[in-house]
Amino acid sequence: MSSDIAAILAIDGIASGAIYVLIAIGFVLIFAVTRVIFVPFGDISAFTALTLAALETQRLPGTMGLVAMLAAMATLMQLTADIRASDLKAIPSTLFFYLVVPLVPVALMWFAAGSVMSMPVRMGLSLLLVLPIAPLLDRIVFRPIADASVLLLLTVSMALHFALVGLGLMFFGPEGVRTQPLTDASWEIAGMQVSLQTFLIVGSAVVFSTLLYAFFELTLTGKALRATAVNRTGARLVGIRPAYTGTMAYVLASILAGISGILISPVTTIFYDSGFLFGLRAFVGAIIGAMVNYPVTALGALLVGVLESFASFWSSAFKEVIVFSLLLPVLLWRSLSVGEVEDEAEE
Amino acid sequence: MSLLAIRSLDVCYGKVEAVRQVSLSIEAGQIVTVIGPNGAGKTTLLAATIGLLPSVGEMLFEGHDLRRLQVEARVEAGIVLVPENRELFGDMSVADNLVLGAYSHRHDRAGNRRNLDDVYHRFPRLLERRQQKANTLSGGERQMLALGRALMAKPRLLLLDEPSLGLAPLIVREIFKIIASLRETGVSVLLVEQNARAALETADVGYVLETGEIVNSGPADTLIHDPKLIATYLGGH
Repeated sequence: MSSDIAAILAIDGIASGAIYVLIAIGFVLIFAVTRVIFVPFGDISAFTALTLAALETQRLPGTMGLVAMLAAMATLMQLTADIRASDLKAIPSTLFFYLVVPLVPVALMWFAAGSVMSMPVRMGLSLLLVLPIAPLLDRIVFRPIADASVLLLLTVSMALHFALVGLGLMFFGPEGVRTQPLTDASWEIAGMQVSLQTFLIVGSAVVFSTLLYAFFELTLTGKALRATAVNRTGARLVGIRPAYTGTMAYVLASILAGISGILISPVTTIFYDSGFLFGLRAFVGAIIGAMVNYPVTALGALLVGVLESFASFWSSAFKEVIVFSLLLPVLLWRSLSVGEVEDEAEE
Repeated sequence: MSLLAIRSLDVCYGKVEAVRQVSLSIEAGQIVTVIGPNGAGKTTLLAATIGLLPSVGEMLFEGHDLRRLQVEARVEAGIVLVPENRELFGDMSVADNLVLGAYSHRHDRAGNRRNLDDVYHRFPRLLERRQQKANTLSGGERQMLALGRALMAKPRLLLLDEPSLGLAPLIVREIFKIIASLRETGVSVLLVEQNARAALETADVGYVLETGEIVNSGPADTLIHDPKLIATYLGGH
C-alpha cells in the first residue's frame, strides 16, 4: 500500500468515523440517562436519510405516516394513564406534547408538499420530522417498563428495532436512495484532492459534539441530565423527573442521529434497513467508551471508521468481520479492568 | 393545622410490614426526632414520607393529601429528604450538586443565587471545595454537601436520615449545631437518628420506634430523662 492510498483511506475512514461518532455519542447519552441501549438508533439515522431523499424528489416522505401513527399511540397511552390517575388537569398538556408538537413538522411537510425547497430547508425539515420518533417510542415502549433490568430493556429494544425495520419497509418501500452531494467542491491538500463534503462531515461532528458538551456543562437542563445519569435516586430527590430527562435525552440523541443520517445519505446508498449496521458500528465505539465515557466513545467510533476503511481495501468481503472483531480485544480488556468499573458504579 | 400529619401509616417491604400504624405530627418550625434501634423502620418511614416507598394510611402536608404525589412533586411542595447514603452526584462538582439542589425552583434565579451564598456562608468548607467532585470529599464534607443541597431546595420540611452516621464526634457536633440553627430559618425537621442523645438534645419532640411501631413519644426534654430510654438508648448516663 502506497502512502497516497493510505492517506485516502484514512481520510475516508475519518469521514465515516465522524458520522459514527454522532451515533455513538447518542447511544451513550440515552444509555446513561435511561439505561436503555437504544438499538433502533441507527434506524432513526437511516429514516432521516430516506426522508431527505424523498424531499429531494418532491415526494411525501413515509416518515409523516410513521410519526402520525406513533403520536396517536403515545397520546392514547398517556391519556389512559392520565384518566386512570384521575389527573384530568394533565389532559391538555398531554394533547399538546404528544399530539400537537409531533404533528407540527408533519403538517409543515403536508403544506410544503411538492414545492421545490433549497437543500438547507430540506435538511432542516427532515431533521424536524425525525425528531419525535425516538421520544414517542420511549413513551410507548420504554416508559411502562422504566424500572426493568438493563437486560430486559435491551431485549425489548432489539425487538423494537425489528418492528421499526418492518415499519420502515411499509412507510419507505424497498428502494435504496442516495441524496445529492452536499457540495461538489474539493480542495487540494498536500497533493491530494479532499472533497469539501468530507470537511463538512468532520466539521459537523466536531461542532455538534462540542455543542453537546457545552450543553452538559453550562445549562441546568444539561446538568440535570448528567445528574440523572450519575444518580437516579439523587436526581428524583432534588425534583428532577426521570421521564423528563429521558425525553430530553431521546430528543438530543435524535438530533445527533438525524444529523448523521443527513451526512451519510450522500456518501452511501441507504435502504429502510441500513440503520442497523451503522448502529452496530457506532455501538462498537460506544463499547470502547464503556457506554459512559464520551471522549473515549468518540475516539472509538473514529477508530471503527478508519478500520472499516482500511478493511474494505484489504479484503472488502471481510470488512464487517474485521470491524466487529475489534470488539473482542476491547471486551477482553474491559473485562480485565472490571474491578475498576465496579468501583465507579458504587460511587 | 400541623405541617405534616401522619395517621395510621403502614409501609410494606415486599411481604414484610416494616412500619405499622404509625401516627405522628410536626408543627411548623419544630424539630421532631424519631429514635430507635437499627431495623426499627426509621428509614422506611422517611422513604414513605418522601414517596420513594408506597404506603397505606393518611399523610397530610399542610392539609393536602400527599399520597397521590410523586417524589418530585413532594420536593416541589417543600419536603426534602437527605438520605442516609446522601445520594450525591458523585461525578459532578460541589457547585453543580448545589445548583441542582435548587432544580425544583429553577426559575427563581435571583432567589437561588442568594440561597447559594447563604449555603456557602453556612458551610464555608463547601465554598473552598466548590470545584471539587463530590466523590472526592470526606465523609463530613459529603454530609455538609447533602445538607447544603437540600437547603438549596428551600425546604419547609427537611427529612434527615442518620445525619451523624459514620462521622467523627467533632463533626457530629457541628452537624447537630447546624440542624438546631435551622429552627431560626423556619424550616421544620424530621430527624431520624441512632445517636439518641444528640437527637433528643436538639429536638423539640421525640418518638421512639421499635419493630415498626411507635412505643413512646413526648417532649424531647422529658424523654431524655425517661429511665427506660436512658437504659436502652442513652447509654445509662
